[in-house]
Amino acid sequence: MTWLKFNPLHMDVLKEIGNIGAGHAASSLSQILGQPVHMQIPEVRIVSFDELAELAGGAEQVVVATCLYFRGDVEGYMFFLLEERSAWQLAQFVYQQPITAKGPATEQDRELYLSAVQEIGNIVCSSYLSALADFTMLKISPSVPELAIDMAGAIISYGLLEAGKVGDRALVIETCFVDSNHNEIPVDGHFLLLPHPDSYSIIFAALGVSGHGKCSG
Amino acid sequence: MESVLVKVGMADLQVAQSPDRLRTTGLGSCVGVALYDPIAKIGGMAHVMLPNQALSRGDTNRAKYADTAIPLLIDKMEKMGAEPRRMVAKLAGGAQMFKFQSAHNLSIGRRNVEACHQQLRQANIPVVAEDTGGNFGRTIELDTVTGILYVRSVNAGSKKL
Repeated sequence: MTWLKFNPLHMDVLKEIGNIGAGHAASSLSQILGQPVHMQIPEVRIVSFDELAELAGGAEQVVVATCLYFRGDVEGYMFFLLEERSAWQLAQFVYQQPITAKGPATEQDRELYLSAVQEIGNIVCSSYLSALADFTMLKISPSVPELAIDMAGAIISYGLLEAGKVGDRALVIETCFVDSNHNEIPVDGHFLLLPHPDSYSIIFAALGVSGHGKCSG
Repeated sequence: MESVLVKVGMADLQVAQSPDRLRTTGLGSCVGVALYDPIAKIGGMAHVMLPNQALSRGDTNRAKYADTAIPLLIDKMEKMGAEPRRMVAKLAGGAQMFKFQSAHNLSIGRRNVEACHQQLRQANIPVVAEDTGGNFGRTIELDTVTGILYVRSVNAGSKKL
Protein backbone atom coordinates (compact mmCIF):
# COMPACT_ATOMS: atom_id res chain seq x y z
CA MET A 1 0.00 0.00 0.00
CA THR A 2 1.55 3.29 -1.02
CA TRP A 3 0.76 6.72 0.32
CA LEU A 4 -0.72 7.56 -3.09
CA LYS A 5 -3.81 5.72 -1.91
CA PHE A 6 -3.98 7.34 1.53
CA ASN A 7 -7.12 9.21 2.45
CA PRO A 8 -7.64 11.76 5.26
CA LEU A 9 -8.32 9.02 7.84
CA HIS A 10 -4.97 7.40 7.07
CA MET A 11 -3.24 10.73 7.44
CA ASP A 12 -5.03 11.30 10.78
CA VAL A 13 -3.86 7.93 12.04
CA LEU A 14 -0.26 8.80 11.17
CA LYS A 15 -0.63 12.20 12.84
CA GLU A 16 -1.90 10.45 15.94
CA ILE A 17 1.27 8.38 15.98
CA GLY A 18 3.30 11.58 15.99
CA ASN A 19 1.05 12.97 18.69
CA ILE A 20 1.28 10.00 21.03
CA GLY A 21 4.95 9.31 20.42
CA ALA A 22 6.20 12.85 20.72
CA GLY A 23 3.73 13.55 23.54
CA HIS A 24 5.33 10.85 25.66
CA ALA A 25 8.78 12.02 24.65
CA ALA A 26 7.87 15.57 25.67
CA SER A 27 6.66 14.45 29.07
CA SER A 28 9.84 12.40 29.65
CA LEU A 29 11.91 15.41 28.76
CA SER A 30 9.87 17.74 30.93
CA GLN A 31 10.35 15.39 33.89
CA ILE A 32 14.10 15.57 33.40
CA LEU A 33 14.10 19.34 33.03
CA GLY A 34 11.42 20.11 35.63
CA GLN A 35 9.74 22.47 33.18
CA PRO A 36 7.03 22.10 30.58
CA VAL A 37 8.11 21.07 27.07
CA HIS A 38 5.64 22.14 24.44
CA MET A 39 5.07 20.47 21.14
CA GLN A 40 3.32 21.53 17.99
CA ILE A 41 0.58 19.61 16.23
CA PRO A 42 2.27 16.79 14.29
CA GLU A 43 2.57 17.10 10.53
CA VAL A 44 2.46 14.20 8.10
CA ARG A 45 4.26 15.29 4.97
CA ILE A 46 4.90 13.65 1.64
CA VAL A 47 8.04 15.35 0.47
CA SER A 48 10.75 15.20 -2.18
CA PHE A 49 14.18 14.22 -0.87
CA ASP A 50 15.44 17.78 -1.08
CA GLU A 51 12.34 19.05 0.73
CA LEU A 52 12.98 16.57 3.52
CA ALA A 53 16.48 17.98 3.96
CA GLU A 54 14.90 21.46 4.08
CA LEU A 55 12.81 20.35 7.08
CA ALA A 56 16.12 20.00 8.89
CA GLY A 57 17.39 23.38 7.70
CA GLY A 58 18.96 22.24 4.41
CA ALA A 59 21.15 19.34 3.29
CA GLU A 60 24.32 21.07 4.47
CA GLN A 61 22.96 22.40 7.76
CA VAL A 62 24.83 20.99 10.75
CA VAL A 63 22.44 19.27 13.13
CA VAL A 64 22.82 17.38 16.39
CA ALA A 65 20.89 14.22 15.68
CA THR A 66 19.99 11.13 17.66
CA CYS A 67 19.35 8.46 15.09
CA LEU A 68 18.03 4.94 15.26
CA TYR A 69 16.67 2.19 13.13
CA PHE A 70 13.78 0.06 14.37
CA ARG A 71 12.41 -3.25 13.23
CA GLY A 72 9.97 -5.91 14.40
CA ASP A 73 6.40 -5.86 13.12
CA VAL A 74 7.18 -2.50 11.52
CA GLU A 75 10.44 -0.95 10.36
CA GLY A 76 11.81 2.49 9.86
CA TYR A 77 14.18 5.24 10.90
CA MET A 78 13.81 7.85 13.60
CA PHE A 79 15.76 11.07 13.92
CA PHE A 80 15.59 13.49 16.84
CA LEU A 81 17.20 16.70 15.66
CA LEU A 82 18.31 19.43 18.01
CA GLU A 83 19.58 22.88 17.18
CA GLU A 84 23.20 22.99 18.26
CA ARG A 85 22.57 25.77 20.78
CA SER A 86 19.65 23.91 22.32
CA ALA A 87 21.73 20.72 22.58
CA TRP A 88 24.48 22.50 24.52
CA GLN A 89 21.95 24.15 26.84
CA LEU A 90 20.41 20.79 27.65
CA ALA A 91 23.87 19.48 28.48
CA GLN A 92 24.58 22.49 30.71
CA PHE A 93 21.36 21.76 32.56
CA VAL A 94 22.31 18.12 33.09
CA TYR A 95 25.66 19.17 34.56
CA GLN A 96 24.07 21.97 36.58
CA GLN A 97 26.19 24.57 34.88
CA PRO A 98 25.00 28.10 34.13
CA ILE A 99 22.85 28.02 30.99
CA THR A 100 24.60 30.09 28.36
CA ALA A 101 24.25 30.54 24.65
CA LYS A 102 27.82 29.34 24.19
CA GLY A 103 28.88 25.84 23.36
CA PRO A 104 31.50 23.80 25.21
CA ALA A 105 34.74 25.67 25.85
CA THR A 106 37.16 22.76 25.65
CA GLU A 107 37.40 19.46 23.84
CA GLN A 108 36.88 17.72 27.19
CA ASP A 109 33.70 19.71 27.82
CA ARG A 110 32.52 18.83 24.35
CA GLU A 111 32.85 15.11 25.08
CA LEU A 112 30.95 15.54 28.34
CA TYR A 113 28.24 17.60 26.70
CA LEU A 114 27.84 15.09 23.93
CA SER A 115 27.33 12.22 26.35
CA ALA A 116 24.57 14.20 28.08
CA VAL A 117 22.92 15.02 24.75
CA GLN A 118 23.18 11.39 23.75
CA GLU A 119 21.50 10.29 26.96
CA ILE A 120 18.67 12.77 26.48
CA GLY A 121 18.29 11.63 22.87
CA ASN A 122 18.09 8.00 24.02
CA ILE A 123 15.40 8.81 26.57
CA VAL A 124 13.16 10.82 24.24
CA CYS A 125 13.50 8.40 21.33
CA SER A 126 12.75 5.35 23.45
CA SER A 127 9.74 7.14 25.03
CA TYR A 128 8.43 7.88 21.56
CA LEU A 129 8.84 4.34 20.31
CA SER A 130 7.53 2.59 23.39
CA ALA A 131 4.43 4.81 23.29
CA LEU A 132 4.04 3.90 19.63
CA ALA A 133 4.39 0.18 20.40
CA ASP A 134 1.84 0.41 23.25
CA PHE A 135 -0.61 2.34 21.11
CA THR A 136 -0.45 -0.02 18.13
CA MET A 137 0.26 -3.24 20.09
CA LEU A 138 3.01 -3.87 17.55
CA LYS A 139 6.45 -5.21 18.32
CA ILE A 140 9.09 -2.53 17.74
CA SER A 141 12.75 -3.19 18.51
CA PRO A 142 14.96 -0.14 18.23
CA SER A 143 18.70 -0.21 17.54
CA VAL A 144 21.01 1.50 20.00
CA PRO A 145 20.53 5.20 19.22
CA GLU A 146 23.59 6.93 17.79
CA LEU A 147 24.47 10.59 18.06
CA ALA A 148 25.74 12.39 14.98
CA ILE A 149 26.74 16.00 14.50
CA ASP A 150 26.93 16.38 10.78
CA MET A 151 25.21 17.64 7.65
CA ALA A 152 21.46 17.02 7.80
CA GLY A 153 21.40 15.54 4.29
CA ALA A 154 24.08 12.97 5.12
CA ILE A 155 22.12 11.83 8.18
CA ILE A 156 18.54 11.90 6.98
CA SER A 157 19.31 10.21 3.65
CA TYR A 158 19.39 6.90 5.54
CA GLY A 159 15.69 7.30 6.17
CA LEU A 160 15.13 7.63 2.41
CA LEU A 161 16.80 4.46 1.16
CA GLU A 162 13.64 2.37 1.28
CA ALA A 163 11.28 5.07 0.02
CA GLY A 164 13.82 5.69 -2.75
CA LYS A 165 13.32 2.20 -4.13
CA VAL A 166 9.67 3.04 -4.71
CA GLY A 167 9.90 6.62 -5.95
CA ASP A 168 11.26 10.11 -5.45
CA ARG A 169 9.22 11.10 -2.43
CA ALA A 170 9.00 10.01 1.18
CA LEU A 171 6.41 10.15 3.90
CA VAL A 172 7.59 11.68 7.15
CA ILE A 173 5.81 12.18 10.46
CA GLU A 174 7.21 15.36 11.97
CA THR A 175 6.69 16.69 15.47
CA CYS A 176 8.37 19.85 16.74
CA PHE A 177 9.20 20.85 20.27
CA VAL A 178 8.92 24.57 20.64
CA ASP A 179 10.34 27.01 23.11
CA SER A 180 7.47 28.46 25.10
CA ASN A 181 9.43 31.68 25.78
CA HIS A 182 9.36 31.56 29.55
CA ASN A 183 11.55 28.58 30.10
CA GLU A 184 15.04 28.56 31.42
CA ILE A 185 16.05 25.97 28.83
CA PRO A 186 14.50 26.54 25.45
CA VAL A 187 14.09 23.19 23.73
CA ASP A 188 14.29 23.57 19.97
CA GLY A 189 14.13 20.18 18.38
CA HIS A 190 12.05 17.90 16.31
CA PHE A 191 11.34 14.31 15.52
CA LEU A 192 11.29 12.86 12.04
CA LEU A 193 9.83 9.37 11.80
CA LEU A 194 10.21 7.61 8.43
CA PRO A 195 8.41 4.28 8.33
CA HIS A 196 9.38 1.63 5.77
CA PRO A 197 6.93 1.80 2.83
CA ASP A 198 5.70 -1.72 3.67
CA SER A 199 4.93 -0.77 7.26
CA TYR A 200 1.98 1.56 6.68
CA SER A 201 -0.53 -1.17 5.98
CA ILE A 202 0.63 -3.01 9.12
CA ILE A 203 0.18 0.12 11.23
CA PHE A 204 -3.27 0.75 9.76
CA ALA A 205 -4.36 -2.85 10.25
CA ALA A 206 -3.15 -2.78 13.86
CA LEU A 207 -5.30 0.29 14.50
CA GLY A 208 -8.35 -1.16 12.75
CA VAL A 209 -8.23 1.04 9.66
CA SER A 210 -8.68 -0.80 6.37
CA GLY A 211 -6.79 -0.16 3.15
CA HIS A 212 -9.83 1.78 1.96
CA GLY A 213 -9.64 4.02 4.98
CA LYS A 214 -12.65 2.67 6.82
CA CYS A 215 -12.69 1.99 10.54
CA SER A 216 -13.35 -1.62 11.36
CA GLY A 217 -14.52 -1.75 14.91
CA MET B 1 32.37 35.22 -18.14
CA GLU B 2 30.35 34.77 -14.97
CA SER B 3 30.27 31.18 -13.75
CA VAL B 4 26.98 29.60 -12.78
CA LEU B 5 26.59 27.17 -9.87
CA VAL B 6 24.51 24.20 -10.97
CA LYS B 7 22.85 22.35 -8.10
CA VAL B 8 22.60 18.58 -8.20
CA GLY B 9 19.90 17.29 -5.85
CA MET B 10 19.74 13.92 -4.13
CA ALA B 11 19.14 11.16 -6.74
CA ASP B 12 19.74 13.72 -9.48
CA LEU B 13 22.36 14.35 -12.19
CA GLN B 14 23.41 17.44 -14.13
CA VAL B 15 25.99 18.49 -16.72
CA ALA B 16 27.77 21.81 -17.18
CA GLN B 17 30.62 23.35 -19.14
CA SER B 18 33.38 25.83 -18.40
CA PRO B 19 33.23 28.13 -16.50
CA ASP B 20 30.27 26.73 -14.57
CA ARG B 21 30.46 24.65 -11.41
CA LEU B 22 28.46 21.62 -10.28
CA ARG B 23 27.64 21.10 -6.64
CA THR B 24 25.87 18.53 -4.49
CA THR B 25 25.43 18.73 -0.72
CA GLY B 26 25.08 16.40 2.24
CA LEU B 27 26.45 13.15 0.83
CA GLY B 28 26.29 10.44 3.52
CA SER B 29 26.09 6.88 2.23
CA CYS B 30 25.29 8.39 -1.18
CA VAL B 31 28.13 8.80 -3.68
CA GLY B 32 28.89 11.92 -5.68
CA VAL B 33 30.24 10.93 -9.11
CA ALA B 34 32.07 13.69 -10.96
CA LEU B 35 33.06 13.12 -14.60
CA TYR B 36 35.23 15.54 -16.54
CA ASP B 37 36.47 15.94 -20.10
CA PRO B 38 39.54 18.20 -19.78
CA ILE B 39 39.67 19.08 -23.49
CA ALA B 40 36.02 20.06 -23.95
CA LYS B 41 35.97 21.34 -20.35
CA ILE B 42 32.63 19.68 -19.79
CA GLY B 43 31.70 18.18 -16.43
CA GLY B 44 28.92 16.00 -15.12
CA MET B 45 27.81 15.12 -11.62
CA ALA B 46 25.47 12.48 -10.21
CA HIS B 47 24.26 12.07 -6.60
CA VAL B 48 23.80 8.30 -6.47
CA MET B 49 21.74 6.79 -3.63
CA LEU B 50 21.70 3.07 -4.38
CA PRO B 51 24.07 0.67 -6.20
CA ASN B 52 21.81 -0.84 -8.84
CA GLN B 53 18.42 -0.48 -10.37
CA ALA B 54 17.63 -4.13 -9.63
CA LEU B 55 16.81 -2.84 -6.11
CA SER B 56 14.06 -0.64 -7.48
CA ARG B 57 10.47 -1.46 -6.65
CA GLY B 58 8.83 0.33 -9.55
CA ASP B 59 11.01 3.42 -9.34
CA THR B 60 12.15 4.82 -12.70
CA ASN B 61 14.61 7.54 -11.70
CA ARG B 62 17.82 6.47 -13.47
CA ALA B 63 19.89 9.11 -11.66
CA LYS B 64 19.36 7.30 -8.35
CA TYR B 65 21.30 4.11 -9.13
CA ALA B 66 25.02 3.81 -9.89
CA ASP B 67 24.51 1.35 -12.75
CA THR B 68 22.00 3.55 -14.59
CA ALA B 69 23.18 7.02 -13.54
CA ILE B 70 26.72 6.69 -14.91
CA PRO B 71 25.74 5.66 -18.48
CA LEU B 72 23.08 8.39 -18.50
CA LEU B 73 25.59 10.98 -17.30
CA ILE B 74 28.13 9.95 -19.98
CA ASP B 75 25.39 10.17 -22.59
CA LYS B 76 24.36 13.68 -21.52
CA MET B 77 27.96 14.88 -21.54
CA GLU B 78 28.48 13.41 -25.01
CA LYS B 79 25.45 15.30 -26.29
CA MET B 80 27.07 18.47 -24.95
CA GLY B 81 30.28 17.74 -26.88
CA ALA B 82 32.38 15.69 -24.45
CA GLU B 83 34.12 12.48 -25.51
CA PRO B 84 33.99 9.41 -23.24
CA ARG B 85 37.58 8.37 -24.13
CA ARG B 86 38.87 11.64 -22.64
CA MET B 87 36.76 11.49 -19.48
CA VAL B 88 38.15 11.00 -16.00
CA ALA B 89 36.15 10.28 -12.85
CA LYS B 90 36.39 11.42 -9.24
CA LEU B 91 34.27 9.98 -6.43
CA ALA B 92 33.31 11.22 -2.97
CA GLY B 93 30.91 9.99 -0.30
CA GLY B 94 29.88 6.42 0.39
CA ALA B 95 30.27 6.84 4.15
CA GLN B 96 28.95 4.53 6.81
CA MET B 97 27.36 7.19 9.02
CA PHE B 98 26.02 4.79 11.66
CA LYS B 99 26.92 1.49 13.25
CA PHE B 100 23.32 0.29 13.09
CA GLN B 101 22.29 -1.16 9.76
CA SER B 102 19.00 -2.13 8.29
CA ALA B 103 18.97 -5.62 6.80
CA HIS B 104 17.89 -4.11 3.47
CA ASN B 105 20.83 -1.77 3.23
CA LEU B 106 23.89 -3.47 4.70
CA SER B 107 27.09 -1.48 4.03
CA ILE B 108 25.16 0.61 1.55
CA GLY B 109 27.88 3.27 1.33
CA ARG B 110 30.60 0.78 0.41
CA ARG B 111 28.30 -0.97 -2.06
CA ASN B 112 27.51 2.35 -3.72
CA VAL B 113 31.24 3.06 -4.14
CA GLU B 114 31.91 -0.42 -5.53
CA ALA B 115 29.03 -0.17 -7.98
CA CYS B 116 30.37 3.17 -9.24
CA HIS B 117 33.84 1.66 -9.76
CA GLN B 118 32.39 -1.28 -11.63
CA GLN B 119 30.27 0.89 -13.89
CA LEU B 120 33.16 3.24 -14.65
CA ARG B 121 35.43 0.28 -15.43
CA GLN B 122 32.87 -0.97 -17.93
CA ALA B 123 32.81 2.46 -19.54
CA ASN B 124 36.65 2.59 -19.59
CA ILE B 125 36.71 5.78 -17.55
CA PRO B 126 39.58 5.89 -15.03
CA VAL B 127 38.90 6.91 -11.43
CA VAL B 128 41.74 9.38 -10.91
CA ALA B 129 40.88 10.41 -7.34
CA GLU B 130 38.44 9.56 -4.59
CA ASP B 131 37.54 10.48 -1.04
CA THR B 132 35.15 7.76 0.05
CA GLY B 133 34.22 5.84 3.18
CA GLY B 134 34.58 7.05 6.76
CA ASN B 135 31.65 8.01 8.95
CA PHE B 136 31.03 11.62 8.00
CA GLY B 137 29.06 13.68 5.51
CA ARG B 138 30.51 15.54 2.52
CA THR B 139 29.64 18.32 0.11
CA ILE B 140 31.37 18.44 -3.27
CA GLU B 141 31.86 21.01 -5.99
CA LEU B 142 33.37 20.43 -9.45
CA ASP B 143 35.08 23.35 -11.18
CA THR B 144 34.72 22.74 -14.93
CA VAL B 145 37.51 25.22 -15.71
CA THR B 146 40.16 23.11 -13.95
CA GLY B 147 38.48 19.77 -13.27
CA ILE B 148 39.27 20.13 -9.58
CA LEU B 149 36.75 18.55 -7.22
CA TYR B 150 36.47 20.36 -3.88
CA VAL B 151 35.34 18.16 -0.97
CA ARG B 152 34.10 19.77 2.24
CA SER B 153 33.12 18.04 5.48
CA VAL B 154 32.05 19.13 8.96
CA ASN B 155 34.20 16.65 10.85
CA ALA B 156 37.16 15.86 8.63
CA GLY B 157 38.22 19.13 7.03
CA SER B 158 38.28 19.99 3.35
CA LYS B 159 40.35 18.73 0.46
CA LYS B 160 40.94 19.16 -3.24
CA LEU B 161 40.80 16.17 -5.56
